[in-house]
Amino acid sequence: MSAIGTPVQKARPFSLSDQLYLWAATTDHKRLGLMYVTCSLIFFLLAGAQAFMMRLQLAVPNNHLISPGLYNRLFTMHGTTMVFLVGMPMLAGFANYLIPLMLGARDMAFPRLNAFGFWAFLFGGLLLYYSYIGGGGLSGAGSAPDVGWFAYSPLTEKTFSRGSGTDYWIVGIMLAGLGSLTSAINIIATTISLRCPGMTLSHMPLFVWLMLVDSWLILIALPPLNAAQIMLLIDRQLGGRFFDTQAGGSALLWQHFFWIFGHPEVYILIFPAFATVSEVVPVFSRKPIFGRQAMVVAAIAIGFISTSVWAHHMFAVGMTSYSNAFFAAASMLIAVPTGIKIFNWLATMYGGKLRFDPPMLFCCAFLFQFLVAGLTGIMLAVAPFDWQLHDSYFVIGHFHFTLVGGFVFGMFAGIYYWFPKVTGKMLDNRLGKIHFWVFCLGFNLTFLPMHFLGFLGMPRRVYTYAGGRGWELPNMLETIGAAIQAVAILCFAWNVIRSIKHGKAAGDDPWDAWTLEWACPSPPPEYNFEVIPVVRSSRPLWDLKHPQDPDWQYE
Amino acid sequence: MAGTADALIVQDWRTPDRGIAGVLSFIVAEAALFSIFVVGYLFYLGKSLNGPYPDQVLKTPVLATICLLSSSGTILFAERALHRASIGVFRLWWAVTIALGAFFLIETGREWYELIYHDHLTVATNVFGSTFYGLVGLHASHVTVGLFFLLIVLIASLRGFPVDTQRRRITFLSWYWHFVDTVWVVVFLVVYVIGK
Repeated sequence: MSAIGTPVQKARPFSLSDQLYLWAATTDHKRLGLMYVTCSLIFFLLAGAQAFMMRLQLAVPNNHLISPGLYNRLFTMHGTTMVFLVGMPMLAGFANYLIPLMLGARDMAFPRLNAFGFWAFLFGGLLLYYSYIGGGGLSGAGSAPDVGWFAYSPLTEKTFSRGSGTDYWIVGIMLAGLGSLTSAINIIATTISLRCPGMTLSHMPLFVWLMLVDSWLILIALPPLNAAQIMLLIDRQLGGRFFDTQAGGSALLWQHFFWIFGHPEVYILIFPAFATVSEVVPVFSRKPIFGRQAMVVAAIAIGFISTSVWAHHMFAVGMTSYSNAFFAAASMLIAVPTGIKIFNWLATMYGGKLRFDPPMLFCCAFLFQFLVAGLTGIMLAVAPFDWQLHDSYFVIGHFHFTLVGGFVFGMFAGIYYWFPKVTGKMLDNRLGKIHFWVFCLGFNLTFLPMHFLGFLGMPRRVYTYAGGRGWELPNMLETIGAAIQAVAILCFAWNVIRSIKHGKAAGDDPWDAWTLEWACPSPPPEYNFEVIPVVRSSRPLWDLKHPQDPDWQYE
Repeated sequence: MAGTADALIVQDWRTPDRGIAGVLSFIVAEAALFSIFVVGYLFYLGKSLNGPYPDQVLKTPVLATICLLSSSGTILFAERALHRASIGVFRLWWAVTIALGAFFLIETGREWYELIYHDHLTVATNVFGSTFYGLVGLHASHVTVGLFFLLIVLIASLRGFPVDTQRRRITFLSWYWHFVDTVWVVVFLVVYVIGK
């Protein structure tokens, strides 16, 4: 009797295999988002280690620590991994986790498609890394891809790229791209269709707005890469002539196709950072964002213009002066909406009651560093200037300032900001500040001297260099900077591991923020919201906390 | 008071169907994919260093084109029949759509057979071969995928599955089919009109 009558009160803790099953079979946007971010961070460590090996090799002139072949594979895998296996999944992870919470929805629009996208990305990444083992192919004459992350033709043709490394590059990136594409479709459908009552487009958080524009960019920019990759695969596997210069094929066409994807791609990567900064800055300045509409319009303008600037990567190949002029002008034009954004973030801070917790610190550094990146970007947009510095370390310095100084700093701001929501524990503030200052120092020490190295004429992608050209000191400084960055990353990893176990309990709303994700418990339950909220302004939690002075009276 | 206002907001709240947003996004991505192949084809016109050249070997597939384009009409008739809940008529038009699509594929196959065995044009022969088989093949693969899904619906319907409960999904499938047909208009113009 008792055996039948007593309901099971205490839930048995899940066994390890149950846990694994729950993660592997999940369609929950929060679990998938977490898996995206975790995998992205693991790939980040991997690609960071590759970069560190390159820095060790370049620390002193005439170094023979790493062979030229290995060096080629290192920079190829470093770039490919950082863009496709760190940047894109980080973006997808943040968007997956946060967008339904911010919109007052219970999941993404297509949960199963979401899971499919994640696994496609993960196995795409594994396939790319399998090239270290299987890249030799039948001839045994290859390893991981060594053709650079933009895989310029004709280097990728069968004649010059023996073995299967390039094929792994194609198929792995296509699979990972499929993941990005599905999450873009999912984000668009979620944003359009699953907004909670009252969440009009004008009330939508800026994070969601920017990810919406971002997803649109993914939608139109990623398929061109896949198309070009299909052509390359036909060339390599079926003997096609697309990029075979011996048979009338054009190596230049690959460059166009690649950068039609590649330039929107850098905006695709920087948008999540913009999105995060747009959420963090107002909350830590205790002010609503300055010029909300202008921010949205600027984002759309960037999305629009960024599709017509690609050939500024190709000034040095000898296009017509009309093309050069067009792409130079378009590239400079994009500085206008970007400038609007930077000024609006500054105006949000201006007169605010600033709180310098780690998320805000990373945002402040983001503003300075991204500004520097933008300014060197304008310099490179001037075609004659670009002719001087094309393929030099100046370019490396420029795009690492956008992608590390911009994207990575933005994502760290986001991790410090949303970690309490995701885990229910605060990240340690003191360790966070140490991480910030050490990382900031290491980052600038690594990448600032690169600009000067570029002026001094050091070309990119050389595995070593001769002494006596004034390149020794900057190179040594950069390697020291890289080591300092590594220390900072270890500090961050330690902070995460420690805080998950021993962190201070966060509560639902540790930052006194205004968007809907802070209205549900930390960590959010599987269904997110017990009752679907109703929204009347762009700061629904402000309305809730200040019923005597709600925002919707003024909007 | 806030409660009443909330209730009013909830009452009037409508958002678009997530399927519409999803399918349209998917079609945009597909269009971007095709556009690169089309640009590639146009760019490589007249760049082949050796024959066969397009004007020597290509024959305009008039009948296949008529069949594929009219299948956009027949799938529309099928949908309308479904809205009137006349399953028999739906099955008929749906089957006609499949037949037209299959005929198109068979014609493409015959064209390719002719090109490969008679004119010795393969994907490796010259730039024209690569771009031709690339573009037309990409389109044909989309027709194949479309046919596969159309066939699933037909089989389900014949086995008694109440397809009229799935009107929304069938509409989305028909959009995909219309898209594939539209792409053929572009491919046809580029390959058989401009390119010849």
